[in-house]
Amino acid sequence: MGAFPITRLLDKASTIFLVLLAAFAIAIPILNVVVPTGSAFHVSTYFVALFGKYICYAMLALSIDLIWGYAGILSLGHSAFFALGGYAMGMYLMRQIGTRGVYAHPILPDFMVFLNWPELPFYWYGFNWFGYAALMVVLVPGLLAFVFGWFAFRSRVTGVYLSIITQAMTYALMLGFFRNNFGFGGNNGLTDFKDILGFNVQADSTRNCLLVMSCLALGLSFLICRAVVTSKLGKVLVAIRDAEARTRFLGYRVEAYKLFVFTLSACMAGIAGALYVPQVGIINPSEFAPGNSIEAVIWVAVGGRGTLTGAVLGAFVVNYAKTFFTTGWLAPYWLFVLGSLFIAVTLLLPRGIVGTCAWWHERYAEKKAIALPAAAPHAAE
Amino acid sequence: MRNFHDRVVALVFVVGFLITGATLVHAGAYEDALAGLTTDSFIDTADAIEALAASGDPRTGPLLEALKDQRLLYSAEAKKVFIKDPSDKLTDAATGEAVATPPSDIDNVRLNNRVRGLIDAAIGSLTLMANESSQRFDAAQAVFKSRDPAALANIDKALEKESDPRVKRALIEARAAIVLYSSDTTAEDKIAAIAVIRDRGDQDALGLIDGLPADLPPAVRQAALAASSKIQGNLALWSALQNAWYGLSLGSVLLLAAIGLAITFGVMGVINMAHGEMVMLGAYTTFVVQELIRAHNPALFDYSLVIAVPLAFLVAGAVGVAIERGIIRFLYGRPLETLLATWGLSLILQQAVRTIFGPTNKEVGNPSWMSGAFDFGGITITYNRLWIICFTLAMFVALLGMLRFTRLGLEMRAVTQNRAMAAAMGIRTARIDALTFGLGSGIAGIAGVALSQIDNVSPNLGQGYIIDSFMVVVFGGVGNLWGTLVGAFTLGIANKFLEPYAGAVLGKIAILVLIILFIQKRPRGLFALKGRAVEA
Repeated sequence: MGAFPITRLLDKASTIFLVLLAAFAIAIPILNVVVPTGSAFHVSTYFVALFGKYICYAMLALSIDLIWGYAGILSLGHSAFFALGGYAMGMYLMRQIGTRGVYAHPILPDFMVFLNWPELPFYWYGFNWFGYAALMVVLVPGLLAFVFGWFAFRSRVTGVYLSIITQAMTYALMLGFFRNNFGFGGNNGLTDFKDILGFNVQADSTRNCLLVMSCLALGLSFLICRAVVTSKLGKVLVAIRDAEARTRFLGYRVEAYKLFVFTLSACMAGIAGALYVPQVGIINPSEFAPGNSIEAVIWVAVGGRGTLTGAVLGAFVVNYAKTFFTTGWLAPYWLFVLGSLFIAVTLLLPRGIVGTCAWWHERYAEKKAIALPAAAPHAAE
Repeated sequence: MRNFHDRVVALVFVVGFLITGATLVHAGAYEDALAGLTTDSFIDTADAIEALAASGDPRTGPLLEALKDQRLLYSAEAKKVFIKDPSDKLTDAATGEAVATPPSDIDNVRLNNRVRGLIDAAIGSLTLMANESSQRFDAAQAVFKSRDPAALANIDKALEKESDPRVKRALIEARAAIVLYSSDTTAEDKIAAIAVIRDRGDQDALGLIDGLPADLPPAVRQAALAASSKIQGNLALWSALQNAWYGLSLGSVLLLAAIGLAITFGVMGVINMAHGEMVMLGAYTTFVVQELIRAHNPALFDYSLVIAVPLAFLVAGAVGVAIERGIIRFLYGRPLETLLATWGLSLILQQAVRTIFGPTNKEVGNPSWMSGAFDFGGITITYNRLWIICFTLAMFVALLGMLRFTRLGLEMRAVTQNRAMAAAMGIRTARIDALTFGLGSGIAGIAGVALSQIDNVSPNLGQGYIIDSFMVVVFGGVGNLWGTLVGAFTLGIANKFLEPYAGAVLGKIAILVLIILFIQKRPRGLFALKGRAVEA
């Protein structure tokens, strides 16, 4: 690929986004820690945790936008990768509890003592090391996506069929994780975390730190996505999205491209899930629910698919609306709003917020470009 | 228990009239036996109970019932036994006269576990002569389980009189059970008994034969082993049949849920994630119909489903037409967007129903003709499942016929196969689209009527079926109703056969994984369309 032109990687919108993200990552902890509690500019710890959650959702949305917006793969099972990453992190956090659990068992997590497990199952080995857990956060979702995608793309399962079987995948995982004998805490999931890398997860400083880490991860993922979509690989992906058969006939190994981007996206979703769990304090099987995946897809649709920045914006806007609605007396109406959002966006705003803005901008630029040569016909020659 | 008590008391009187002759022969046996109850010794009490059971006296039944309920009192001095009725009035057990002033040393006849067992066996053998054949049958079954040797005489007596073949067989089996476990019967008798029990062939029979003591003559042992393996084979067969039946039942439910989807997704190619909510609307229509009937005309309750079926079709169908006109027609050719929009719609419909009817389960009753069950060989078949299978198949045939023979069906197929050509022939394609979608939704509504009979009617009813329905349609092959039929029953039966080995949840996961693998192999389903239709 050689030297990568930085201007191609960072267009105007991307630069604005990264600057805003950096400002956000710096401002929120300062407003939380430095500004006194009584001040109007103080950001409470509740909001720090909330924003941290949004950032993780934004990363999930980004990973969906990468495959849906650029490769045309609509995965309705991305929350499975998110949740698997979350479980890997949750297992690390469970092992860190040690003797501070209710049953004070030095090795076994509380739920295993409760269920009379004699010893730690083999798949829990190693999760007391952060490095191993971090590796699993990427590896497990990545491997699942690789195997799943290898089967699906090789036999040319596309479009809605792929959507439905990804949904079945996350549904099957949800049923599995709900079982107690699966060894992941059944329907209570993993919770009551104490420490992460020796720091108390409840402490304000840890929360701020996690928020900054999440912003960093989001920024890096964004750059990786930008690198992918602005490269030649990205052009092939767009070609696959728009005319898969034609791309194949031109000699590209469509399934290999799809598999790469699908696996990359799953790894990203896994990292998002891993950052999500310590900030929320719990991971349970309902994270696998097919509804969650579809909700994540609508964040992308609201922001604008195929824009990357739109995915992040959409995740923020929809989740803020959700928080706003579900915490007040409006709670019973949230599902009406969400449902209407699905319909309205697909019918009236198919490009999403960012996509529509970009479209207007382009039309404006085109008009100017047409108007200019008319004014100076010689310049056109 | 109360019910059983009443029944025993009632029948004992009947028995009394039946065997008055026997009573005369044994006159005095009852009174003699009563004396045994006045000694406060468990051994005497036990002997007395056996003597009472053998006496055949009509007063034995109430007496034993009283003894069992600790309402039997005795006076050792007066050598008399008294029955205390629930209102604490005393009657003399021998004469039946009311006793105003009981003797001073009156006390309860004491019981221990052995005596209680004897009482139960005695009551059981009394019931062997009951008037109702079902009671006699139950009594014979009870003896079969208790294998009480004391009942042998009564069984022989009952066998002579028995005319109902079912009860007769039960009696013979009970007799065989006693003979088999009795120590003073010959090996030949025992082998004959094993043959009888082998022919019974159920779990109880297996337990009886496997529970035989080891120190039997070799010939008997041999016969027992052979019978045991025969019964086991028999039981395995029935359990396979039972699984197949459950599978058919589950398959019919899947077919019900998927058949509407086979029209909207299979024929029209529209992904309708709100399909499950159409099923839910049908179920809630049934609920409303039943509520109205309960309030205004309870006599019609048995017809509630018959009324609900067309109404559910109309309600869900109308909503379906509205969805097609309002949302889906703008999204043709954009399946992923259709999926998202209809998902949003399903959220709205669920929440609307939750707001109107509340989030809890609603009670939808079974009409009398759908409740109950009957035994078919070794399996139990419930009427509601049977009706649902019949109903599903009838609906399938009707739908097939509609698509094949009616003008609307013809136009639907024409629009599916070649929209432009159909329009050129004067078919109003937009109208056909709306009607086809309405038909698929209406059928989902009818499915809701049937599913309301076996599932909880709640706002989440539809969600439980949506993934399964898509699996059925995708597995069976899109655009092919027969594929949907085969797909539904295959998945239903496979699921039920996996369940005993893997458990319900793991079985379901296994099925999902198998379908995912199957789609790799045949991305277009079991019955893929061939040739030009593939591209349509």
